[in-house]
Amino acid sequence: MARATSIQRRWMITIAAWSVGLLIFFPIFWTILTSFKTEAEAIASPPSLFAFEWTLENYGEVQERSNYFRHFMNSVVISLGSTLLGLIIAVPAAWAMAFSPTPRTKDVLMWMLSTKMLPPVGVLIPIYLMFRDTGLLDTRTGLVIVLTLINLPIIVWMLYTYFKEIPGEILEASRMDGATLRDEIIHVLTPMAVPGIASTLLLNVILSWNEAFWTLNLTAAKAAPLTAFIASYSSPEGLFYAKLSAASTMAIAPILIMGWFSQKQLVRGLTFGAVK
Amino acid sequence: MGSISLKQVSKVFGDTTVIPGLDLQIEEGEFVVFVGPSGCGKSTLLRLIAGLEDVSGGVIEIDGRDATTIAPAKRGLAMVFQSYALYPHMSVRKNIGFPLKMAKMDKAEIDRKVEGAASVLNLTDYLERRPGQLSGGQRQRVAIGRAIVRDPAAFLFDEPLSNLDAALRVNMRLEISELHQQLQTTMIYVTHDQVEAMTMADKIVVLQAGRIEQVGSPLDLYHKPRNRFVAGFIGSPKMNFIEGAEAARHDAAAIGIRPEHLSLSKTEGDWKGTVGVAEHLGSDTFLHLNVDDIGAMTARASGEFDVSHGDRIFLSPRADKIHRFGADGNAIP
Repeated sequence: MARATSIQRRWMITIAAWSVGLLIFFPIFWTILTSFKTEAEAIASPPSLFAFEWTLENYGEVQERSNYFRHFMNSVVISLGSTLLGLIIAVPAAWAMAFSPTPRTKDVLMWMLSTKMLPPVGVLIPIYLMFRDTGLLDTRTGLVIVLTLINLPIIVWMLYTYFKEIPGEILEASRMDGATLRDEIIHVLTPMAVPGIASTLLLNVILSWNEAFWTLNLTAAKAAPLTAFIASYSSPEGLFYAKLSAASTMAIAPILIMGWFSQKQLVRGLTFGAVK
Repeated sequence: MGSISLKQVSKVFGDTTVIPGLDLQIEEGEFVVFVGPSGCGKSTLLRLIAGLEDVSGGVIEIDGRDATTIAPAKRGLAMVFQSYALYPHMSVRKNIGFPLKMAKMDKAEIDRKVEGAASVLNLTDYLERRPGQLSGGQRQRVAIGRAIVRDPAAFLFDEPLSNLDAALRVNMRLEISELHQQLQTTMIYVTHDQVEAMTMADKIVVLQAGRIEQVGSPLDLYHKPRNRFVAGFIGSPKMNFIEGAEAARHDAAAIGIRPEHLSLSKTEGDWKGTVGVAEHLGSDTFLHLNVDDIGAMTARASGEFDVSHGDRIFLSPRADKIHRFGADGNAIP
C-alpha cells in the first residue's frame, strides 16, 4: 500500500516537473521552430507545429545582412572580460568580508545588493554622458567596465557565501604552518573554493551575455554584441518574425550549449547556501 | 627550547575583557593543561600564544625572546585544532608535508620527514588518501603529524579530542601522553575535561573568567585546592560543599568533602541520609544521597556495597580530608 502510494507520488512529481520544464522551455522552442519557417508561415494563423516546409533561408539572409561573427566576438570579449575583471576585484573583497569581518560587513554587503534594486534606467543619463565625455561609447572597454560594475554585487555575494563555507580554522592552520598571505590564497583558499569560483564565473558569463539594457544603449555598431544583433531585427524592419527568430536562435545558441554542459556547476552555484 | 612566559598578557574584544592580565611561566618540556569551564578564556589564551590573536597588552616571550608581535609562522610553534583543520584537497602526504613545503625544504627531505612522522603515527598505509577518506582518529593523527614534522619549540593543542567518541578519546589521550614522553617537547593543551587535565598534565592551569585560579600539579590541585572553584572543578564526581551550622562547627563558611572521602556504614556514623539514586559502575558505586539537615551529597562506595533507593545509611567524613573555605571562597589552611 505504502509502496503504491510512493510510486504514484513519484509519477505525479515527474509529470509536474516535466510540465513546468516544458512550459518554461516552450517560448525558446517556438523561437527555434519559427526560425525554420518562411515569413508567411511564421505569421500563419492557426500556426502549424511541424507540418511546414523547413527552410534555412532565414539563417542565410541573417548572415548575409549582418556580421554574426563580429557580434559574437563582441559578446565573448564583453562577457568574459567583465567576468574576469569582476572576479579579480571580488575575490579579495569576498575574502576580506568572509575571513576578517568587521561589525559593518553585513551593511556593506546589503549596500552592494541594494544597488541592484535601483532601476538601471535611473542612472542611464549620467553614465551615458560620462561615457560620451571619456570616449567609451560604443567600445568593448566601456561595456566591460559597465557590466563589471552591474554584476559585481552578485559576484561578491556568491563568492562571499562560498568562502563562508570554508572553515576559518583551516586558514589559521596554514598560517601556523608558515604560509604567507599569498601562499594561503594560492595553496589553500583557491583550491578549496574552485567549485564556487567556477559556478560564479559561469553564472556571470551568462548574465553578461544576456544583458541587453546597457549593451543596447551604449553601443552603436563597433562594439555591439549579440543582444544588439537580435534587436536590429525587431522594430525598424517591421514584423519579420522568422528572421528575428533566426537571429535570436543564433544569439542564444552558444550560451545554451555552454549552459547545457555546465548544468551541474550552475545548479550547485544557484542553490549554494540554501541547504546546509 | 620551548619555554614560554606570559607577562601581564591581556585580551579585550570590543567592550568585553576576556583576559584581564595574567602571568604564567611554562618551562621547557612541560606538559601544561589549561582547563576551565567554557568561556573562561582558555582557548583565547592559547590563540594569543599561537599568535592567531593579537594581545591587547603585555608581553609573550618564547625561549626568552619577545614574540608578542611576531607572526604565527615565525614563533616556531605548531598547533592541533579541535576540527583538525586538515586541507581537504590534499593527500595525507601533502597535508603533513605542507609546513615543510612552506619552509622551502627540498622534496626528498620532505618525503623523508613525512614518512618518518607517518610511521610514528601509524599512518604509512594512508599517505595517499584524502582526509575525507579517514576516520576521526586518523584525521587527528594527521593533524598531529603535521605538527610533529616541523620540530616545533612547543605544541599547542586546542581541545583536540572533543570530536572523538569516548573510547577513541581514551586511546588518543594515551598516544599524546606517549608522544610527549618520546619527544620531550613543551606541550600546551586546552580542554574543558578535568579528567584529561588530571591524566595528562605535568602542570594544570585552572582558569575562570580569564583569571588563573590556581597553577599546580594534578595532585596538588586535588589535595590542596586554593579555593572553592578549583575544589569543585577538579575531581570527579564533584566535591560536596556544606554550609551553615555544620561548616561553622569547623570554623569555616563552607566545608568541602570529596565523595571518595566519605565512609559509609549501615549501622553508625556522623550523618544520616536517604539513598536517592545509586549508580553501580562495577568497580565503584556512586550514591546520590539526601542527608538530614545538610542536603544533597554524593558518596563513593565500593562496587560491592549493596544499597538501593530509599535505604537509610550513615556517612562519616574522614577528618583529615575536610577542606575548609572562608566566606570569600578561599581555602583556610
